[in-house]
Amino acid sequence: MNSTIELNRKKVTQNFFYGLLLLCSLMVILFVFGIIIYLIVKGGSALTWEFITQKPSGGMKEGGISTVIIGTLYLIVGTLIFSLPIGIFSAVYLNEYARKNRLTRIIRLSIVNMAGVPSVVFGLFGLGFFVIFLNFGRSILAGSLTLALLILPTIITSTEEALKSVPETYRHASVALGATKWQTIIKIVLPQAMPGIITGAVLGLGRAAGETAPILFTAAAFYQPNLPKSVFSQVMALPYHLYVMATQVADAPDEKKWGTALVLLLIVLFFASIATAIRTRARLRRKD
Amino acid sequence: MSVDSTNRFRKFKKFLITRFIFLNGIISIIVLGLILTFLVYNSFKFFSSYPIFDFLGGKEWYPTSEPEKFGLLPLLTGSALVSFGAIIIAIPLGIGTAIYIGELAPRTVREVIKPIIEILASIPSVVIGFIGMTLLSGIIKDTFQLNTGLTALTGSIMLAFMSLPTIISISEDAINAVPNTYRFASTALGATKWQTAYKTVVPAASSGILAATMLGLGRVIGETMTVLMVTGNSPRLVFSLLQPVRTITGTIAAEMGETVQGGLHYSALFAIGLILFLITFFINFIADKYVNKSR
Repeated sequence: MNSTIELNRKKVTQNFFYGLLLLCSLMVILFVFGIIIYLIVKGGSALTWEFITQKPSGGMKEGGISTVIIGTLYLIVGTLIFSLPIGIFSAVYLNEYARKNRLTRIIRLSIVNMAGVPSVVFGLFGLGFFVIFLNFGRSILAGSLTLALLILPTIITSTEEALKSVPETYRHASVALGATKWQTIIKIVLPQAMPGIITGAVLGLGRAAGETAPILFTAAAFYQPNLPKSVFSQVMALPYHLYVMATQVADAPDEKKWGTALVLLLIVLFFASIATAIRTRARLRRKD
Repeated sequence: MSVDSTNRFRKFKKFLITRFIFLNGIISIIVLGLILTFLVYNSFKFFSSYPIFDFLGGKEWYPTSEPEKFGLLPLLTGSALVSFGAIIIAIPLGIGTAIYIGELAPRTVREVIKPIIEILASIPSVVIGFIGMTLLSGIIKDTFQLNTGLTALTGSIMLAFMSLPTIISISEDAINAVPNTYRFASTALGATKWQTAYKTVVPAASSGILAATMLGLGRVIGETMTVLMVTGNSPRLVFSLLQPVRTITGTIAAEMGETVQGGLHYSALFAIGLILFLITFFINFIADKYVNKSR
């Protein structure tokens, strides 16, 4: 009899704390959906064909954001060109070549620390190194390089995970057939690891598309409605455009601010969902 | 002879490839070294011409007054206040969610929650800042009857949510890394699932959870755009969450555009960038120790 009461008490306690933990999770979920739905409600009406396809005009008070979207795309492409090869080969070194020694430990510690460097510090570095020291000026080139460094840890880590998941037998088989280590990596290991590598790249690009602080002093133009002429020109970019309209331009129409925020969110969510889709597909295929 | 030269060519090619890959391998060390070098190089003018104690102990940050005042304290307390508030909110939410996902939630629920948390990680800080500015600041202003809703607390709330993906995913990894035998042993002794989670699994995962919190803190201290937009940007020395503050990150972002390249103000912003870099480096270094310990 006593033990039933004891058991009941335990169950009540358990349910209470289950509820509390569930509440924590629900708050997180609510926050995410809250933001998405709020942006759709506020910015949905601004999202017209004209808004997407017209240049900004009248000092941001009129027109759309077409060149701002294209500016962000330029930065993303630049970021990809610089970060992907370096990131992949960095991971190849760590997974295929590196011995278990002190240097490898230092490299891993550096990657973790690099991932933790604040984005505004990357911006400072980009300003000091790319813009001034290498004399690239405030440009697509300098901004892309800065963003590339920012997402490098993401690409290295996800590529390394992908390389680890390629079975060791594949490498043995390739070498047994007379292939060199390099040939094995290029023709066998990297193609097998491709889904994981692409997932990491896409996640990194989503991050690059949404970052403001690193391009603040290295690439972003306050107002330049026409498309940039070369990689040495400044560009308008979505996150900076939103920041400027929200804080610097006193009478920018609310509708355009919310519209810009929504477009930025949709681009980032697009990248995130591609990454999730690739990962899910790869997981399902592995199960077969 | 020809076989010999092909061999030599092959060896040379192998040598080049190995060197090339090695160079990519150590890129993170190179970049960190370059960042440190350029922060020191650009802040050199400030440190050599502005008294160090007036910087570290100065209570005023007025870069455009005559004479200029570059006191670190208001910015440091600004960053500390916002981060402290954020981490106080984020710890229960983050660890609670991690325990729920890692220990209690059914698989299907877990598969739904995890992508949602990844989405949270991908929402740009400028978007969160914009919502904080337009929506949350109004709520804060009305709730606490303030003159302005752009306060340290507004920043703390928004930053708390931004640090959650880091805290949740790393805590959950730590919880998953606890061997199942612990759970079996605990259950065999008559403990309920909740008792097992909180008396056995969480203590066993504690160093990983601590690391997760540290990494979340690092993320919060370094966050720029959100705090720039929602904390009011007032570089005064205050100790209340309900007042406007300005953080180190916000100061750099807000003022760099107005400085003269190579001037004292410009150099001072690199100096506080260096301080920020050292703080986050230290936090991440400690966090990494705990991550490794938990493995």
